[in-house]
Amino acid sequence: MTTLSNRHKAGSGTTPPWWFAAPAMALFAFVVLIPSARGVYYAFTDWDGLSPDFSWIGLGNFAEMLDDPDARQAIWHTLVIAVAITIIQNGFGLLLALGVNTMIKSRNVLRVFLFAPAVVTPIVTAYLWRNLLGPDGAVNSLLGAVGLGSWRQDWLGDPQLALWSIVGVIVWQFGGYSMVIFLAGLQSVPREIYEAAAIDGTGPVRRFWSVVRPLLAPAFTINLMLSIIGGIKLFDQVYALTGGGPGHATDTISTLIYKDAFTLGEFGYSIALAVVLTVIVAVASTSQYFVLARNERAAS
Amino acid sequence: MNRYRARTFGLEMLMVAAGAVVAFPVYVLVNLAIRPTSDTSSPIRPTTKPTLDNFTQAWREGGLGGALFNSMLVTTLSVLVVLAVSSLAAYPLARATAKWSRGLFLLIMLGLVLPFQLAALPLYQTMRDLGLLGSVWALVLFYSGLQVPFTTFLYIGFMRALPRDFEDAAAIDGCRPLEVFRYVVFPMLKPITVTALVLNAISVWNDFFTPLLYLSGSDQQTMPVALAGFVGQFVSDWNLIFAALVISIVPILAVYFALQRSIINGFAGGLKG
Repeated sequence: MTTLSNRHKAGSGTTPPWWFAAPAMALFAFVVLIPSARGVYYAFTDWDGLSPDFSWIGLGNFAEMLDDPDARQAIWHTLVIAVAITIIQNGFGLLLALGVNTMIKSRNVLRVFLFAPAVVTPIVTAYLWRNLLGPDGAVNSLLGAVGLGSWRQDWLGDPQLALWSIVGVIVWQFGGYSMVIFLAGLQSVPREIYEAAAIDGTGPVRRFWSVVRPLLAPAFTINLMLSIIGGIKLFDQVYALTGGGPGHATDTISTLIYKDAFTLGEFGYSIALAVVLTVIVAVASTSQYFVLARNERAAS
Repeated sequence: MNRYRARTFGLEMLMVAAGAVVAFPVYVLVNLAIRPTSDTSSPIRPTTKPTLDNFTQAWREGGLGGALFNSMLVTTLSVLVVLAVSSLAAYPLARATAKWSRGLFLLIMLGLVLPFQLAALPLYQTMRDLGLLGSVWALVLFYSGLQVPFTTFLYIGFMRALPRDFEDAAAIDGCRPLEVFRYVVFPMLKPITVTALVLNAISVWNDFFTPLLYLSGSDQQTMPVALAGFVGQFVSDWNLIFAALVISIVPILAVYFALQRSIINGFAGGLKG
């Protein structure tokens, strides 16, 4: 009898009960789902963040955005940064991975050192670079020391350059991150395939394009996804490097959300900006997902 | 093709040069942090009279000890909670095929895409109404929820590849579901738990936006917020600021170099989920 009832319990034990998911879902709902839903609602109001009185203004905030040069610029900067980081960081990351995945003696040490910046707090590297890129900073000193004094710039103070300096800092910090993911992909390429292609007399470029690249498809998916979404959400580095300046030359959607909410008290407008950010992230990640998934299937 | 040749040496030099580009800012960071303020020579020239005064002053005036403690507290507690609730949640989500299970999985996927900027302001209001603003507990609560989708997603992917035989055997032996999870499933999850631990700890430790919102104006600070305040206070005293930056980096890099293999593998492997 006991064995029978035990066995009955056992049968239900193989499918874990739903309430195992309850604590996680409760936390997730409290921190993400419910506030996000409320956020979407507030985006259509003139809420100031404090008073309990606010009114529904329909698309008012979004219409205001179209007339707001700061918002239009911030959206543009966000897109430029995301695309630039995606291309440059992954380009360097791939080259570094190919270089490290060879017979060179320093490969293990380099792998560890090139990745190291990626674990450091972004705001710390940003403050470091704010000094390095200053008019009397180390970058200009170095240019002077190697006879390129005419290249000296006010890297963060020049509105034309500041955005690209921010991109440069992020590539410096996260190039090694892309490298590590590409490297994991490269190491999954079976040596035999690579050597067979070499014996067949295939040159290194062709070998990369026809043999290695298709096998790197999953690494590309992860890397492009990470850098484009990270680029769209970018806040810390801009806050610490330029604060969105000079003027509004480097404001991104995230820095504008912060300023509009906490220095201007325009919570409703600020959340409408967050909704725009969400839509951009959603469009970018779903379209990228489908394109890259198709490529992965084609490659395998 | 596996021999070390002149071309390999050329490549080696090129790669070491890339390493030097990455190392150069760190050299300047340390070089200026150990330099007395009176020394105004070029930042790339090695410091002639190194001193540790900047470090003692930064530590004393920046409240860095308290910030370091808060960062450790918040990181440890949030990561423990996230790992516990997410691994537990992933178990039915990976195994059950019912409609509710698929529905919850879609919600988790939605959570992966939603930028936290959207939730940040309404949640700010909630935290204020609960009287949690300016408290590190608000952060523990925040990260415990924020990191759930990503962590659960990692666990689900890993768990789906695991055979069910052990669970079934344990259940037949009379283990209750919670015991099956605690003694059979969770130990098998160890590799992904290490990955999730590394990735969560680094993102919680490094986060700046949230503590900036929820702790600003209070005496409770995490390391990134304390540093931002420090930079605001000592605007152009870069030797002092750099000393503070070094203090904040040392614990992270120490952990990184000690555990570099599992950390790098965590980043490289976990994301394939």
